[in-house]
Amino acid sequence: MSRSLGLIDYGMGNLHSVRKAFSRLDKELLIVNSPEDLANCSGLILPGVGAFDPAMECLEKIGMVSSLKDWAEQGKPLLGICLGLQLLFEASDEGKSKGLGLLKGIVRRLPSNEEERIPHMGWAPLKQRKACPLLADNDASNWMYFVHSYAAIPEDTQDLAATAPFGKLGVTAVVWKGRIGACQFHPEKSSIAGQRMLKRWLSWLEEGAQPLQ
Amino acid sequence: MVALRLIPCLDVANGRVVKGVNFVGLRDAGDPVELACRYSHAGADELVFLDIAASHEGRATLLDLVRRTAEEVTIPFTVGGGIGSIDGITELLRAGADKVSLNSTAVRYPQLISQGADRFGCQCIVVAIDARRRSEAGKGWDVYIKGGRQNTGLDVLAWAKKVEEMGAGEILLTSMDGDGTQSGYDLELTRKVSEALSIPIIASGGAGSIKDIEDVLTKGKASAALLASLLHDGVLTVEEIKADLLRAGLPIRPING
Repeated sequence: MSRSLGLIDYGMGNLHSVRKAFSRLDKELLIVNSPEDLANCSGLILPGVGAFDPAMECLEKIGMVSSLKDWAEQGKPLLGICLGLQLLFEASDEGKSKGLGLLKGIVRRLPSNEEERIPHMGWAPLKQRKACPLLADNDASNWMYFVHSYAAIPEDTQDLAATAPFGKLGVTAVVWKGRIGACQFHPEKSSIAGQRMLKRWLSWLEEGAQPLQ
Repeated sequence: MVALRLIPCLDVANGRVVKGVNFVGLRDAGDPVELACRYSHAGADELVFLDIAASHEGRATLLDLVRRTAEEVTIPFTVGGGIGSIDGITELLRAGADKVSLNSTAVRYPQLISQGADRFGCQCIVVAIDARRRSEAGKGWDVYIKGGRQNTGLDVLAWAKKVEEMGAGEILLTSMDGDGTQSGYDLELTRKVSEALSIPIIASGGAGSIKDIEDVLTKGKASAALLASLLHDGVLTVEEIKADLLRAGLPIRPING
């Protein structure tokens, strides 16, 4: 496929490290600033660091909210990272804005009564809940770098692909539905384990991006 | 729970590592980027660069160092030293730093903490607190600024709580009494601050042995241990420390995790 992978630039966070992580895998990303850029893309990455409401406002400002909804409706591949995962859901405790609503569920503040520090900051191993293109069975190298104070609670438990330990219940680490996937952690900051995960996503795209419920 | 972290700290001035680092086969012992890569491969969980010169002229050099590090290193890194404004935070984050560490300016102008957290998220605002035990026993610790040269008279516990309220995502807590002595972290200081706050505490100052590190992460309740001379002088390696802490049953990311 000759078309590019797009990295959405909506002013929230450090695009550089995501771009660099893909360029280490010999994949250059196209920076997407407006819906017009999507014509050249076969897959999209929604990164993000910061707060929920400003992120939705910035996406709206560049006209990407309805474009992302169309994109998902057409069943095209999308990868959310960190705040990019949270924006896929319907709403968040962190703000008043509606999320993209591509996945059902709400983003909740991490519970403060679990004897855990908040922000949830540092490395944690993934616990796989279902097969998905981001995860490999029996990969011992599955420690990822997390930094967040809110976590998504998918309404359809089938959408949950992996969790990380946190308190009694754990937190959502990876979600997947159809051709939409996302991770709460930062693969671009997760050393070799993160790089392997991004590589699996690229391989899945190259092999025809078969949807997976 | 999230793994306890080991964080090598490199002091830099004018783009070079200040204290010598004892690594076998280093091409350039003074190049922070090469050292950062070595520590990252050795299993470090994060890195901290402290610009100890923090001169106006050296800023461009520091930004260049941050850019080069972001190109090469695939774990998170924090940059501190001489950050005096929201512009100073912005330029470091834009250059590729994951977090910035505020110190003297945060004391003089605490609003910078909340401005930074509002704009970029609390996860990227670390506040460094340099603490020295008050001479009268049981009277707590004073907050020092300007590289430990000036006593503010602020109480460390009260200041740490304020810093958390203002939106800091993490505290880098240095015991000036322990710094450079390799005689152990100030466990009481670290535990008191950790228990009073809900954000993670990085303990610094005094690491001399693996036991010291284990103690500060267990008895001291720190989320992370900052390591400097112990590593740089070649007394211990990240591999050795992690292997021992894993054997002791602590939640630590394995080196090939």
